[in-house]
Amino acid sequence: MTVLQIVALAVVVLAGTTVTLVGDPLRQTFVLGVYGLALMLLFFVFQAPDVALSEIVVGTIGLPLIIVAALRKITARERARGEPEDEG
Amino acid sequence: MSRRTRLGLFALAGPGLAAVLVLGFLGLPAFGDYHGVYGLVVNGVELTQRSATDMVTALNFDLRAFDTLGEEFILFASVLGVALLLRHTPDEDERLAAAEHGIVGASDAVRVLSLLLIPLLIALGVYIVLHGALTPGGGFQGGIVLAAAPATILLAGRYVALKALAPDWALETVEAIGAGAYVLLGLGGLIFAGVYFKNFLPGGIAGHLLSAGFMPLNSVAVGLEVTGSFLIVWTVFLDQALLVRRRGEPL
Repeated sequence: MTVLQIVALAVVVLAGTTVTLVGDPLRQTFVLGVYGLALMLLFFVFQAPDVALSEIVVGTIGLPLIIVAALRKITARERARGEPEDEG
Repeated sequence: MSRRTRLGLFALAGPGLAAVLVLGFLGLPAFGDYHGVYGLVVNGVELTQRSATDMVTALNFDLRAFDTLGEEFILFASVLGVALLLRHTPDEDERLAAAEHGIVGASDAVRVLSLLLIPLLIALGVYIVLHGALTPGGGFQGGIVLAAAPATILLAGRYVALKALAPDWALETVEAIGAGAYVLLGLGGLIFAGVYFKNFLPGGIAGHLLSAGFMPLNSVAVGLEVTGSFLIVWTVFLDQALLVRRRGEPL
């Protein structure tokens, strides 16, 4: 295990913990993008470039785009009905 | 269960799990230590008999092409389910007020940079798809990069421009052509070589674009299907978020 691999593992651990600790779903989406980049680095350093390529695209565009669109729909509907927005 | 009880349970179970995990990880072989036979056989066979240089894609599209068929149709079925769940029902209508469907607050820098990214994404996607059997990547990865190119129109302009450039019927056609082409390539193996998904085209010279049998064709078919699938999922979600309103609800 080289130093680069250990550093990549540590960054993934930190990013993953940060994703769960951030409260607001919209902010979590951006941290999820960063987590995807950290995972991509991990896969690349462990000599799996195919998986790294898949992870880049899915983690930075594929997932956050869907989550942001769904969040917008939910908050717009809650605002229209006059309910307080969920801060969870 | 109160939060304090949950935290107490975690304080009991967490260290135990951590100890077991550390013990397990310490007993793992070193990174890169390989005792198997199958990997070495694949390395030898794929290079000499099929002239493929990317072994992962060779496994996906040649030796285990049947498993990739299952994966492609998992994607197909899940996109079908999402499109069915988020379809337009009779009590919803579309509001095509064009001014509302740009990204509010996007600066000119974002718009210009996104516009510059679109041809780069298309070029990179086509490159990754076509070089499936030669370099890391392949149909799936290149297909998503290709799908990201129209999605960048959303950043560079307005959502209605994306809908005009990538209408639903075009995306569904592209996805269906990709899925069908992949199945037909397997049938080609059955017809010309006697085994479903057997590589029936000649190997060619390693490193050339038209080498490794039918792997480039498989790659293109999978790339088309993945592009269509991801764009369908994104447009279906964005339709619901930006265009569709139940009768009586404001935007």
